[in-house]
Formats: sequence, C-alpha cells, structure tokens
Amino acid sequence: MYYVVTTAILVTMALALARALLGPTVYDRVLAVNMFGTKTVLLVAIVAFLSGRPDFLDLALAYALINFVGVLAVLEFFQKKRHFGGRQ
Amino acid sequence: MIIDVLSFAMLALGGFFVFLGGLGALRLPDLYTRMHAASLTDSLGTILTLGGIMLQSGWSLATVKLLTILFFLLMTGPTASYALANAALLSRDDDAPALPPAAGGRE
Repeated sequence: MYYVVTTAILVTMALALARALLGPTVYDRVLAVNMFGTKTVLLVAIVAFLSGRPDFLDLALAYALINFVGVLAVLEFFQKKRHFGGRQ
Repeated sequence: MIIDVLSFAMLALGGFFVFLGGLGALRLPDLYTRMHAASLTDSLGTILTLGGIMLQSGWSLATVKLLTILFFLLMTGPTASYALANAALLSRDDDAPALPPAAGGRE
C-alpha cells in the first residue's frame, strides 16, 4: 500500500513540475513549486515508513519549514520588485 | 487488523486526493482555480496520508513527529495560499490573470 501512495505522490510531483514549466505567469510557477514542496514532505514521510527508518521524519519537518519560508520570500521579492518599478 | 485496514483505506484515499489535486493544478484554466485544486492536496491529501501512516506507527516518537509535520503543513498551507493570492491580485494589471467574471465586477 505504501507503494501505491508513493506512486501517486510521484505522479503528482511530475504534474506539478509540468505546471511549473508551462505556467504562463510567475504566480503559477510559485504555486506549482509550493505544491511540489508539500508533496516532497509527504513523500519523505512515506519513504521513512517504507524503508523502516522513522528518523527521516526530521528531514520532512525541516523541509516543510524551509519550503514555507522560501515561498514567502519569493512572493515578497516579486511584490517589492513591482512596487519599486522594476520590470523583468 | 482493523487498524491496518483503516490505515490502508486512509492511505489509498490520500493518494487518490493527492493525484486529483495534481491533475487539477495541471488542467484547470486559470490561477485561482489552480490554487483551489492545489489546496485540495494540501488539506485533505495531507491529513489522510499522514493520518494513515500515523495509524501504522502506533504510540511512539514518530507519531509526535508526524503530528508536528501535520500541524505545520496545516498552518503554512493556507498562509502560503493567502500570500500567493494577495500577490497575484495586487499585480493584476501587468502579468497576472484577470479575475473570473463572477468576482471581477468592481473594476
């Protein structure tokens, strides 16, 4: 059963990567990367139990926090950049 | 035994919802509907998947770590969604998609 969930999460990560590559605006890409990070946390937690080593859950916890801070930083960057008149 | 069946059912449902959200994030037409699909995987997929392996782990330190991960994901997911929608809405005039017609009446 772990393998089914792992496959579903991996397929979803591939779909999120496709959206990040296709996404017309930068916000679509940020949304896809955020989703990819959340699915990575789930994948690490599943693989920790799949391989019988629950210590990996610490990595999942750290990844969740870093992913959140990263998404907020990217959004803040684009907002500030627009506010000060920068164009990409 | 019952716990195993319950846990496998939760894992299967979680994988299904995660896949459904990924499909929606790829296929839906604009940013806000994609956020709606992605938030499905953030809430229901996370709760069901982590709950399923929480049932497998029993009472141990791993359960506490899983609860912490679940708590942080449930706190940070809506916050990131709010920040994303806010940023996209504020920059609507240059490169963000327009609002859907039902909500865009206050131009």
